[in-house]
Amino acid sequence: MNYSDASIGASTIAPFLSLEGVRKTYPGVVALDGFSLEVRPGEVIGLVGENGAGKSTLMKILGGVTTPDTGTIIVDGVAHDGLTVEASIGSGIAFVHQELNLFENLDVAANIFFGREPLRAGPLRLVDRVRLRTLAAPLLKRVGANFSADTPVSALSLAQQQMVEIAKALSIEARLVILDEPTSSLPLAETDKLLDVIKALKADGISVIFISHRLHEVERVADRVVVLRDGMLAGTLPKNAINHDQMVKLMIGRMLKEREKAAESARPPGAVALSAKAVRTSAYPDRPVDLGVRRGEILGLAGLVGSGRTELARVLFGIEKSLGGALQLDGKDLVLGSAADAVANGIFLVPEDRKLTGILLDLSIAQNISLPNLPAHARRSLVSARAEAVTAEKQKRNLGIKAPSVATRTGSLSGGNQQKVVLAKWLAMSPKVMILDEPTRGIDIGAKAEIYGLMRALADAGVAVLMISSDMEEVIGVSDRIAVMHEGQISGILDKEQFSQENVLLLAVGKQPK
Amino acid sequence: MSKKDLGLLILILVVGAVVAIINPRFLLPINLANTSNLIGLFGILAIGQAFVIITGGIELSVGSVVALLGVLFVDFIATRGMAWPVALPLILMLGGIIGLAHGWLITRLKLQPFVVTLCGLLIYRGVARFYTADGTAGFAFGQNFPELEFLTAGRSYGVPNSFIALILIAIVMWVVLHRSVFGRYLYAIGKNEEAAKYSGIRTGRVVMAAYVICGVLTALSAIYFAMYTRSISPASHGQFYELYAIAAAVLGGFSLRGGEGSLIGVILGTVLLQELQNLVNLLGIPSSLNFAVMGGVILIGVLVDQQWGVYRERRLMLEATRKGAASVAAE
Repeated sequence: MNYSDASIGASTIAPFLSLEGVRKTYPGVVALDGFSLEVRPGEVIGLVGENGAGKSTLMKILGGVTTPDTGTIIVDGVAHDGLTVEASIGSGIAFVHQELNLFENLDVAANIFFGREPLRAGPLRLVDRVRLRTLAAPLLKRVGANFSADTPVSALSLAQQQMVEIAKALSIEARLVILDEPTSSLPLAETDKLLDVIKALKADGISVIFISHRLHEVERVADRVVVLRDGMLAGTLPKNAINHDQMVKLMIGRMLKEREKAAESARPPGAVALSAKAVRTSAYPDRPVDLGVRRGEILGLAGLVGSGRTELARVLFGIEKSLGGALQLDGKDLVLGSAADAVANGIFLVPEDRKLTGILLDLSIAQNISLPNLPAHARRSLVSARAEAVTAEKQKRNLGIKAPSVATRTGSLSGGNQQKVVLAKWLAMSPKVMILDEPTRGIDIGAKAEIYGLMRALADAGVAVLMISSDMEEVIGVSDRIAVMHEGQISGILDKEQFSQENVLLLAVGKQPK
Repeated sequence: MSKKDLGLLILILVVGAVVAIINPRFLLPINLANTSNLIGLFGILAIGQAFVIITGGIELSVGSVVALLGVLFVDFIATRGMAWPVALPLILMLGGIIGLAHGWLITRLKLQPFVVTLCGLLIYRGVARFYTADGTAGFAFGQNFPELEFLTAGRSYGVPNSFIALILIAIVMWVVLHRSVFGRYLYAIGKNEEAAKYSGIRTGRVVMAAYVICGVLTALSAIYFAMYTRSISPASHGQFYELYAIAAAVLGGFSLRGGEGSLIGVILGTVLLQELQNLVNLLGIPSSLNFAVMGGVILIGVLVDQQWGVYRERRLMLEATRKGAASVAAE
């Protein structure tokens, strides 16, 4: 089934942007192969595709960072062989990247007008701070911001920071805003806010290209979905044909049998392995948290970003000191002075930020895997490269890490494979409790399913698995029980039969489930 | 030996050959022995510095510690009549304690290494001057310590024992840095301390250990320097030595951001620096230009290294593009 014809003639308004037969090759790879796309004013296009499908290349071409080998880009009626960065900005194309480019030490207004600050008269070219704020205020209002222009960016939540980015785009009178994975780090309620902003942009006649792995969000906002696969247009879905299964089918070229789910638990959960009793964290120092994760279960931990989930995980892993309360492991009191103590007790964490805290990008796969257990790979405290290679080879096989060898630099791997290396280093030891913070963020569907499979295998082997996730489909599809956090406390725990998006959402905002 | 180290070695040999041609006295045994003695003294200092730099830190108090511990050592054995086999470990211990204090301030109280060790630089220099009332510490006429003098300033088969000591220390430290669990931790912390912490490494202890190692090696070189000069005026003794040590590490391929560099590199860096000093003397360059020559060479060295990296990357890219184009054309 191919809907690409259906999009043509849907509107007679001239497109703001159209790409014709764009081809881009990199050494040994055809990144984009004769790709065509039209974006009309006020149209929201959902762009989906697995990692490596060509989305980033397309973004680079639109941003003027790279030029296509062949093909034409027509912006606002003007044809180009390739854009420069200046031409891209000049014609009103703005980007909001997955990784935000804000200066945390500056306030909101300074960020919006960075490099284009209004100046005071006089030879000193001083920044006119008053006008800076008056100019920023209406932009913030348009994106529905509930914070003022002089708020330091460091005090904003991720969603609010994204609003600043969008306000920045509006300030250069953008006519096309490209949002690259904007919701991947946002929790439910904040995601809604962002989707509202997209609708507001649309109402102003601004076009939006919305790139996301979260298909149900694409379903909600897109007027048209464009699916990329292997650098080619796999298909276009008009508004009435947008649904999850169709998108997945076009993305991977077949239907997924088991829809991104972990298998059902093979065993009843055992005794409580790790529990927090009235633990208080830096997120909400006055709110004690009680939570226990049982052996053999996957306990999902849902909630809004900022609800204290990550801080709880950090306390359970010993990275952060708890401000009160106690931890128990297998019924015995546990005091964690550092992550080293947690590791010694078999409590492992797959952190939220893979590149900053999960792995060392400059080290090889083998060196990353052996790092937490280096003394076991050493004789008389001299490291044995052979022992490291043996362990790494085994993990590489078991987890299906795709890399030329275990000596490959971890930084050169794809996100999914990097995440597998993080998992591998813990699987190579014997975990009792495995805490995973947003384990599949920014990872494509294929690798996601494999990671879910691994988590289930761990649970079936008797490990207590605690999974923090802001992805609703993931929490409901993977967990055996779901604990929901609201403002620093567990607002409720759902059993399998109570699972629903509505119930999770209600608990996340502090209401009772149905 | 890495390519970088090899390049440095070739540079040392080329400079040596040029100097030898212009002034054959460069190769006289007495000159070589003097130079290798200095390489030994500064090399021990530079190895200590290297351990700190690898963690992304810096130790600026090295020169002042050389003065303070030198003064104390001479005072202990010359005026207070302490037996040198007692004084030597005591001084090493003091060096370790200084390192421990720095490490503690940096890892536990989260002060910046630059600030902590800059304060150290000022404090130890002041204490050293106060201790001798700004006088010179030295030995009385006819005072001799034959064994100690042999070990520090003596020679075996014409080779200065200080140089032999450097070689032994370098071998041990090479194993520690490049083969041991501790060495791997140092590199991991230098590359990304957060990620190392999340892998269950007690990063605070490892960093502290690096400062202790630096302190002990600095103390050892302080004894060597004291026995080499035999009289110490605490106002100037050891001044700028921290910069020699840092320069040697940078020349040897260390990054001040941490996580990069090899032990062979820092030794070769020391050799090159001393060779340059020797060159200034032998080629009749006014010795007042000494620092300018050193600074210039380090700058050129770092520049060439960096440009070479850029050039190689560009060539690799070009090659890959050509190959890619060829494979696309072949399709």
